[in-house]
Amino acid sequence: MSTLTATPASPLDGATKPTGTARQFCTFVLDDLYFGVEVLKVQEVIRYQDMTRVPLAPGVVQGLINLRGQIVTAIDLRRRLELSERSGDARPMNVVVRTSDGVVSLLVDEIGDVVEVDDASFERPPDTISGAARALVTGVYKLKDRLLLALDVEQTTALEAESGVDRRN
Amino acid sequence: MQPLDDVVKEFLVESLENLDRLDRSLVDLEQDPHDRENLASIFRTIHTIKGTCGFLGFGKLESVSHVGESLLSRMRDGELVLDASITTGLLAMVDAIRRILAAIETTGSEPGESYGELIATLNRLNAPGPQAAAPPAAAGVLAEAKVDPGPESSPDAAATRRTAVHVADAPARTSEDTVMETEIPDVRGADERSGAGDRRPAIADTSLRVDVGLLDKLMNLVGELVLARNQILQFTTTQSDSAFVGATQRLNLVASELQEGVMKTRMQPIDNVWSKFPRVVRDLAVACGKQVRIEMVGKETELDKTIIEAIKDPLTHVVRNSADHGIEAPEVRIARGKHPEGVVKLRAFHEGGQINIEISDDGAGIDPERVRRKAVERSMVSAEQAGRMSDHEALRLIFLPGFSTAEKVTNVSGRGVGMDVVKTNIEKIGGTVDIQSAAGQGTTLKIRIPLTLAIIPAVMVSTGGEVFAIPQVSLLELVRLEGDQARAGIERIGAATFHRLRGNLLPLVHLHSELNLVSQGDPGVVNIVVLKADDRQFGLVVDAVNDTEEIVVKPLGRQLKSVQVFAGATIMGDGHVALILDATRLAQQAHVLSADRDRKLNDRQGRPLAHETTDVQTWMLFQVNGAERMAMPLHLVARLEEFATGDLERSGGQEVVQYRGEILPLVSLTRFFGGTAGADSDPRQVIVFSDRGRSVGLVVDRILDIVTETITPTRSQARPGILGAAVIQQRVTDLLDVAAIVRHAVPESVPKSVAA
Repeated sequence: MSTLTATPASPLDGATKPTGTARQFCTFVLDDLYFGVEVLKVQEVIRYQDMTRVPLAPGVVQGLINLRGQIVTAIDLRRRLELSERSGDARPMNVVVRTSDGVVSLLVDEIGDVVEVDDASFERPPDTISGAARALVTGVYKLKDRLLLALDVEQTTALEAESGVDRRN
Repeated sequence: MQPLDDVVKEFLVESLENLDRLDRSLVDLEQDPHDRENLASIFRTIHTIKGTCGFLGFGKLESVSHVGESLLSRMRDGELVLDASITTGLLAMVDAIRRILAAIETTGSEPGESYGELIATLNRLNAPGPQAAAPPAAAGVLAEAKVDPGPESSPDAAATRRTAVHVADAPARTSEDTVMETEIPDVRGADERSGAGDRRPAIADTSLRVDVGLLDKLMNLVGELVLARNQILQFTTTQSDSAFVGATQRLNLVASELQEGVMKTRMQPIDNVWSKFPRVVRDLAVACGKQVRIEMVGKETELDKTIIEAIKDPLTHVVRNSADHGIEAPEVRIARGKHPEGVVKLRAFHEGGQINIEISDDGAGIDPERVRRKAVERSMVSAEQAGRMSDHEALRLIFLPGFSTAEKVTNVSGRGVGMDVVKTNIEKIGGTVDIQSAAGQGTTLKIRIPLTLAIIPAVMVSTGGEVFAIPQVSLLELVRLEGDQARAGIERIGAATFHRLRGNLLPLVHLHSELNLVSQGDPGVVNIVVLKADDRQFGLVVDAVNDTEEIVVKPLGRQLKSVQVFAGATIMGDGHVALILDATRLAQQAHVLSADRDRKLNDRQGRPLAHETTDVQTWMLFQVNGAERMAMPLHLVARLEEFATGDLERSGGQEVVQYRGEILPLVSLTRFFGGTAGADSDPRQVIVFSDRGRSVGLVVDRILDIVTETITPTRSQARPGILGAAVIQQRVTDLLDVAAIVRHAVPESVPKSVAA
């Protein structure tokens, strides 16, 4: 990840005191876990949108949304991170991120604040993180009261290695 | 590199355009060296380039174009007559100018090369003339020299000459004057004025150059506008306010016209691609010592700019192939009783919302036998497969990748170099390629491509609660079965289902099962969308057929790359996203397309062909002679029929039956394989097989199943009528050699048809 100096901003809730290089993260919650995506990679955050299912698509692809005339693939982050399924009536939010291959929407439970983190508080992913999350998280920022898992957007949206569902039923 | 200034840019664009025309004009001039108007126009083009580049300070360009101009001026004055060597020299000059312009475009300055040799050659061609030694002179000097007439043969000729001098003279002077006097390097102005000396109206006055990127953007915006219009139109249906409805209707009209207008701005005549072919063919013909003429029909046919770009290379390739390999050497042609001059014919026309381009030659043609042999040698197909193929299917083998590398095939058959690339490029823009060839008479390549890529008409269908778009290009017809028809109209053989469409077996693909959806359709109704995929037809069973819509195709993200049955997505009138079905991929996934299509698909994905020894194919299994299991490829089966024993008649010692106004010969497979005559069941179970307009009925004990399996045939069991054996459904099954059976059992004397 490139080192980007965050633009000076008013101190936000939950942000550590900037001592070294600081970055801003757009945060969200998934199944009690606290994730963040670098703010410069986020195009916008929008509420739940009607989606068109894509038959035969990999399970993590929830569907396609119409973002002002642009067709955007929505990835269910719970499934991508192999967390438990979202309860039936809960409507996820869309975090629309820019990737090297266009815009992709990440479906999350709840949107948090934009927080400023200090590179000094960064650590490699601890061993306690297991499964898919470990491969998709670049590391952990130790905030005052909780841990922020920094999500690797490119890895998260790259599904080529994943096999789609079986073609023949 | 410093950014090019606008004047230089304009000069480059214009000069390159003129050069393209020049190639063509020079070749035309060679055919008719006395075409003064053509000569004057060539002179004018070179003169304009020379004049402008002198002003812009491109010395090399100026000296190269200057010698060319001198040469042309003497020809125009009738002191020299164009011959092949002069044409070659002038074409070389055009190439040199093009190279210099390219260098200016990329680096901002002229290349290091001096072009001394070219200049010397041109001077030599110009040798006896007084101007050879002249220094780069002002156009005025040249113009004066031109007025000096040569010996006059007749008053008529003198008059012509005077006109010609006048025509060429005026532009020469005006352009020079413009540049000199105004000191404003207005290239266009100079050109316009020089055009005024001609009798033709100056196009430059009414046209203007627009960046293609801008048009692309406009096109996208219009696409969005059309979608918004569709949304408003849907909304209107629930509104009663007449003013609002009226305004919507106007919006509807204006948007449609705007869409049409913007689409037109991107249309270009196919001649933009074709205009360079006369030169390509001429150069090739000279190099190979052949005589080739090129004919073009439908030059004015218009295509979208992006499509023009996409077909440029494939077309050039095909035309080169035609001239290089298709047309024979003159002595061979004479020996074969043909005119020594071969013809490459290009034809373009609109048909059914598509552009058709045909490239034909009257050359040697392609021998399907040799193609088969080569394909087998290169392990691209097995000998059995090759034997089963019709001539047309065999010809299509040249589109397989890998066929191209075969140097020998190229010499032998005429085609093959990179034909796979041609096919891939055409298919990339949604087109199709087909080839027809008759040995000794020539080859025709037919290309069909859509008019535009941006907005396509589609039929919307729904299945399992989802809406899908099917491009109308692949749609043949819609069939709706209700009540009894719905129950009886679908026939099952094993797991596969069919519908008898006007007597032909149409394999059915159920969209809901292909997409793992749950059908929500009315069980009493069957909706079949008849589609074509490559050359095959199949019926797609959907829950409902909605309506047609103009859709804008949008690509899917790479996350969905693994799902190949969708060609993209679109936004419908109500704002929802609908997926676009790809008929060919769907047919492949459902295995209604035969194995060689799958094979081609695999190649395209880069898998080595030689290692593929197995075959995914759909087989019809049947029982013969009490207990023998046999199989034949399903795509050979035309129909399944039952005939009562009482209907059978005999003709020439052969069992026949009257069938659809024809006499259908029946072959008892049981008897063929040594079983007892008359042991066939009553009614007779018959597989009707059609080949090249001839139908034959194969009598079997019973039809067992239809399976799609990957099989590995062994030839050890081969015997007359049997190609080999394979394990299908865990049981050893003989593979029927249909061709051999038909050859053996149906003598040629059996009449093909009789009047009903």
